[in-house]
Amino acid sequence: MADTLLDIRGLDVRFSTPAGEVHAVKGIDLQVNKGETLAIVGESGSGKSQTMMAIMGLLAANGRAGGSAKFQGQEMIGLPLGKLNRIRGARITMIFQEPMTSLDPLYRIGKQLAEPMMRHRGLTAKAARARAIELLKLVKIPDPERRVDSYPYEMSGGQRQRVMIAMALANDPELLIADEPTTALDVTIQAQILELLAELKARIGLAIVFISHDLGIVRRFADRVAVMRTGEVVESGTVAEIFSNPQHPYTKMLLAAEPTGRKAPVPDSAPVLLEGRDVDVRFTMGGGFLGGKRLDIHAVDNVDIRLREGQTIGIVGESGSGKSTLGRALLRLNHGTGAIRFENDDISEATRQEMRKHRREMQLVFQDPFGSLSPRMTAGQIVTEGLLVHEPQLSKADRDLRAIRAFMEVGLDPTTRNRYPHEFSGGQRQRIAIARAIILKPKVVVLDEPTSALDRSVQKQIVDLLRDLQEKHGLSYLFISHDLAVVRALSDYIIVMKSGKIVEEGSTDQIFDAPREGYTRELMAAAFGK
Amino acid sequence: MLRYVLRRLLSAVPTIFIVVTLSFFLMRVAPGGPFNLERPLEPQVLENLKRAFLLDQPLVVQYGHYLWNLAHGDLGPSFIYRDFTVSELIGKSLPYSMTLGAWALLVAVFGGIAIGSYAALRQNSFVDYAVMSVASFGITVPNFVLAPILSFVFAVVLHWLPAGGWGDGGPANLVLPVISLALPQLAVFARITRGSMIETLRADHIRTARAYGLPTRVVVVVHAMRAALVPAVSYLGPVAAAVLTGSVVVETVYSLPGVGRYFVLGALNRDYTLVMGTVVLISVFIVVFNLLVDILYAVLDPRVRYE
Repeated sequence: MADTLLDIRGLDVRFSTPAGEVHAVKGIDLQVNKGETLAIVGESGSGKSQTMMAIMGLLAANGRAGGSAKFQGQEMIGLPLGKLNRIRGARITMIFQEPMTSLDPLYRIGKQLAEPMMRHRGLTAKAARARAIELLKLVKIPDPERRVDSYPYEMSGGQRQRVMIAMALANDPELLIADEPTTALDVTIQAQILELLAELKARIGLAIVFISHDLGIVRRFADRVAVMRTGEVVESGTVAEIFSNPQHPYTKMLLAAEPTGRKAPVPDSAPVLLEGRDVDVRFTMGGGFLGGKRLDIHAVDNVDIRLREGQTIGIVGESGSGKSTLGRALLRLNHGTGAIRFENDDISEATRQEMRKHRREMQLVFQDPFGSLSPRMTAGQIVTEGLLVHEPQLSKADRDLRAIRAFMEVGLDPTTRNRYPHEFSGGQRQRIAIARAIILKPKVVVLDEPTSALDRSVQKQIVDLLRDLQEKHGLSYLFISHDLAVVRALSDYIIVMKSGKIVEEGSTDQIFDAPREGYTRELMAAAFGK
Repeated sequence: MLRYVLRRLLSAVPTIFIVVTLSFFLMRVAPGGPFNLERPLEPQVLENLKRAFLLDQPLVVQYGHYLWNLAHGDLGPSFIYRDFTVSELIGKSLPYSMTLGAWALLVAVFGGIAIGSYAALRQNSFVDYAVMSVASFGITVPNFVLAPILSFVFAVVLHWLPAGGWGDGGPANLVLPVISLALPQLAVFARITRGSMIETLRADHIRTARAYGLPTRVVVVVHAMRAALVPAVSYLGPVAAAVLTGSVVVETVYSLPGVGRYFVLGALNRDYTLVMGTVVLISVFIVVFNLLVDILYAVLDPRVRYE
């Protein structure tokens, strides 16, 4: 085809690892036409990023690329570095998933923007600086004349991603590869970045390869979609075709993995299990022996919350809104103040010893399934560790029996209980973390972003599991998340937080169907594209 | 920044005070004294000497006296080299030690960074393993072993270089002492630089630099090296201290007329003031050097800000 920009034929990527060769991309074919947006969709490990890394010559040292990828007729695979460096950064540019770390922390952004322009177009330092300011204006960074001299650490994640976009546009590329460009950002920022990309694309007419795991974004943003799974393209077509008439079972599964269903509210007569009044948490940063500036942060600002038996309260908000800090304050895991009652006990002043008898009934599941399990203990030891404290009378065999039951309950094969955390996948690890909580037969479980680090299809399984466990054991959840789709599926009551304060609260139906506050509406629009 | 420097210098005063106090009393616990000679002195002479040097006073009075003088910048007279004050002795020997130390530090820092970076860029290659084995060797072999061996091989057996002495202070006289002093630190520096360089080369911003078509040389020297140097620089303080203490051994082995040799002779002869003087000098030097390192840190990494 005459207007094919990038023609990938039989592209192959292999990594040699100590455990043997990993065949990450298995001879795929893909075409990108001029001016179009192709979305490559897939879950982690599907090879969607490695495909593009191979074309850009950015594979890790143990990776090898084979096959063919022609950019405007120029073969990219095996291209010598000198020639490759004339294309990348000039005609093909990239933005990455990690806005916080993708810019060099030690140089001002003006210099980083100027560097590729001076190299590829031979601009003088002065001309490149002028153009950098112009680009910052284009990507809507306020006060660009001043911000051009900022260091990356002086900017927010969203602003850094804008700087990356400015860098990507600097040399008027023909193709932009965007590798999960909004995944690490809050929903409202994500919406702004996508809007910016769409606007620039319409204005400049460049083609975009958009790598994402988020089907909602892809649907809004892309022209064509290629679905990848374990190194193969299982299906491709226009957005309309893929979303309305998916052919491949995997595509169907992905589309069905969007969390669905709602939870029925609990009656008002249900007893209150955990209650916090005027919960207030402040942090002080800086200061110390030799002085220095102190910074006071009001993380949670006089919040009232009441969790009833069998209820799930969803606490939503963007990063820094204080939602995790609130959860921790209610469990007395930080130095917050306020009146906190658990069942009929006032625990606001309870000492660590006094808290201990309540601890088994108040459990916590964390976001990071990699960091929250000790790598030096077996899954079985991790799950039963709490029993050592709370039921010390149990024999080793009894504990093992309980572990087997807990494993089965969370849908894990009990024979795997002697393995170590690194031998499990992310979803399985989160199941271990849940097993560790429910083995103690708790009443309240605080779930702090338990599904955020997981792929959509795995997320759905965890959501289903949490639902089953709640039904079976009459658990009450505090579900902390920035992911509104998951919150909607699990909670019957929602608290929307911003800067430590409650913006709006109400039943799930009311918050999602008839939000009153502007901020809530903004969050909804960003998350669901309404 | 100026306030920070002043505050750091002020906070050094208690540190040095503690060092002075500890070494003062520890020295007096050691048996013997400056006038215990092989041929005992006449009792009357000894009495007079003790009176002249205040040794007949209680220890606390001597300590107070020493502190008072120190606060006025007076390190006192030497007990053994009786025509000289400690300040004169140090002033005379310091240039030699500074020359030796500065060269050793330069060789350790630049050699270590160059070798470490080179190994990192060829990670897991033969060159990498070879360089790092030599570096491990450099760390494990102490300089009191290394110095005599070097001296034996290059001076006694091969006759290429002089076995010791300052001579005219030319390269021939300096090569062996500088290598003996620098090699262990160079090895440490190479290891640290290699480690942080390998980590930096995998960083996201290095991927960005490569994705934007910057040539490898620019990626490595401009972007990776600066980031990799940050952890290496924080090790400069301990390295400077090691070079200082190492010079005590090296100056003795190669009989160089530096401060380190006076330190050893002072300790052996119980020349209390001379030992105290070198201790004060070394601690001031370490404090100042650590401050310089912290300032350098802020220069390299704009995220580090001192008030």
